[in-house]
Amino acid sequence: MWKNLLDWIEYRIPMMRVANMHALQYPAPKNMNFWYVFGFIATVVLVNQIVTGIWLTMNYNPSAEGAFASVEYIMRDVDYGWVLRYMHSTGASAFFVVVYLHMFRGMMYGSYQKPRELLWLFGMFIYLALMAEAFMGYLLPWGQMSYWGAQVIISLFGAIPVIGDDLTLWIRGDYVISGATLNRFFALHVIALPLVIVVLVFLHIVALHEVGSNNPQGINIKHPKGSLKEEDKTKFNIHEYYTSKYDIINDVVPFFPHIVLKDLVAFTVFCAAFAYVMFFNPEMGGFFLEPPNFEPANPLKTPEHIAPVWYFTPFYAILRAVPDKLLGVILMFAAIVMLALLPWLDRCKVRSVKYRCGFHKINLAMFVVSFCILGWLGIKPATPTYTLMSQFFSFTYFAFFGLLWLYSKNEKTKPVPARITK
Amino acid sequence: MKKLLITLVALLPGLAIAAGGGFQYPLEEARIDLEDKPSLQRGAALFMNYCLGCHQTQYQRYQRTAEDLGIPLDIAKDNLIFSDQKIGEKMTNSMPAKDAGKWFGKQPPDLTLVARVRSPDWIYTYLKTFYLDPSKTFGVNNAVFKDVGMPHVFQGLQGTQEAEMVYDTVDGHKTLVGIKLTQVEPGALTPEEYDQAVNDLVNYLEYVGEPSKLDSHRIGTWVLVFLAVFFVFIYLLKKEYWRDVH
Repeated sequence: MWKNLLDWIEYRIPMMRVANMHALQYPAPKNMNFWYVFGFIATVVLVNQIVTGIWLTMNYNPSAEGAFASVEYIMRDVDYGWVLRYMHSTGASAFFVVVYLHMFRGMMYGSYQKPRELLWLFGMFIYLALMAEAFMGYLLPWGQMSYWGAQVIISLFGAIPVIGDDLTLWIRGDYVISGATLNRFFALHVIALPLVIVVLVFLHIVALHEVGSNNPQGINIKHPKGSLKEEDKTKFNIHEYYTSKYDIINDVVPFFPHIVLKDLVAFTVFCAAFAYVMFFNPEMGGFFLEPPNFEPANPLKTPEHIAPVWYFTPFYAILRAVPDKLLGVILMFAAIVMLALLPWLDRCKVRSVKYRCGFHKINLAMFVVSFCILGWLGIKPATPTYTLMSQFFSFTYFAFFGLLWLYSKNEKTKPVPARITK
Repeated sequence: MKKLLITLVALLPGLAIAAGGGFQYPLEEARIDLEDKPSLQRGAALFMNYCLGCHQTQYQRYQRTAEDLGIPLDIAKDNLIFSDQKIGEKMTNSMPAKDAGKWFGKQPPDLTLVARVRSPDWIYTYLKTFYLDPSKTFGVNNAVFKDVGMPHVFQGLQGTQEAEMVYDTVDGHKTLVGIKLTQVEPGALTPEEYDQAVNDLVNYLEYVGEPSKLDSHRIGTWVLVFLAVFFVFIYLLKKEYWRDVH
């Protein structure tokens, strides 16, 4: 009976075939470590944002008059509304934590290198869409920081010559941020951008499964057809989509259940951290929810100190490091474009940081330090010392890419083992 | 890689929010205990008697407050609602915004979320540091919130204080470095009783800022316990599946 039903479905839609190809019989390197769990976690966080978001919209009022009060209505009068709201607000920050770790993983193990360039690019587009999504979502509670943060960011577009002023007017739909802005941001936040993100995530995964997962050693698990001896081929049942084109080496495990179980272990730990924040510390010391945002937006009262949410601060610090506004905006976007160009800036054939030269390790560490310190500086008020520091670390941020391009061409690398050794 | 992680973790405590410039009166610590129902009830009574006339808590309802604080509804109706409002209504007053602006310079702010905007310690210290200043409309100024347009509502309870401004020369400029407050006239309460009263009020405002906190700590604990148990099982299951791989 059960089998008949499955056959009936399978005849009409390739349900089992897709499940086998992409999960039960998908070959994943067995040495994937802790850093490889963030893709899975990011997907779950995305689902969390969508589901809690749908329930929040049921009681949210996207108008300048009603937005702030409706959020408090959700927090007080909607049954477990506070759970939904904190899951959503904590999820926003968690999303960036996870995505930043996920991106760093890619940089560490050279996951952007051939043949994964498009995979990396889709990832960068997800990151961009996510930033837009987070930025627009932050306006919706209509608190002081929502309002003034948006004011600062939108005014950046005004730095673009000739069309700048008209462009900011077009984005806001008004001469200042108003209910008109709130309404369009709401529309983009709940419909347009989530659709874009879901489609991009789908493409990201399709591209991943076409080229296969990288691993901490950056070693290929797919070998040309006929090049492996029978005893070196994997004993697991791998889908013929992969085995018909390649010989799969005996260093893989199926994605389900092996990798999924590993992901679930990490996911449980992630959930505990998430639950701690949302139940015990939802403001996270003012980083996830800024205290001034508990005051309704007031266009006549500029807060003393306007800081964007923590996940934007590295780029905000780069923006402020440059005295010229237009140049600052250009550099800020360039900071993201450089990341997207990594597959072509890195000319080394060896992927993993484990087998690359000592200088690359230092360079990568310096990049991470620059990024973190810039993030810290982006929160601080712009004093002369901090500005000087921002300039220094903006320089080291960009220097990472320049140096990488220079030394990666003839880099002295360590020999890469033929097979996964762990 | 480990070194890198340690560096990153070491950087974290530095991520504090910067404070503005100028002299800031040191904040005293309020003792927040949302489990202390009597304190919350006393705080609520103070709020209804002294604050609600001018300040609303327009996002919070009487009934929710009474239920969370363990006050029977009929007692709350008779003793906490001084207007003709119903128990299910939000805690608002009928002060016209336009007149309020005329009387105080600006409309007294809504206090529902004040504990989340300002922090409980700020409110606690603020309410304790009114001092006599004849140059002000209401005859008082405040050490935490300079030139605030609010009268010292608790003057009858606290009595009056005088301030001595302490100046020092910093970089060749005469700079305010401290404010010393001394009691000149006693109020109806002793200083200890007044501290307790203000603390009750702050405790209540902390509750009103986030009523869900009462539930969230309880539910959160169970969620963490569940996750800890779940972790053991999922970890063992993972180990079982991976046994043959390594």
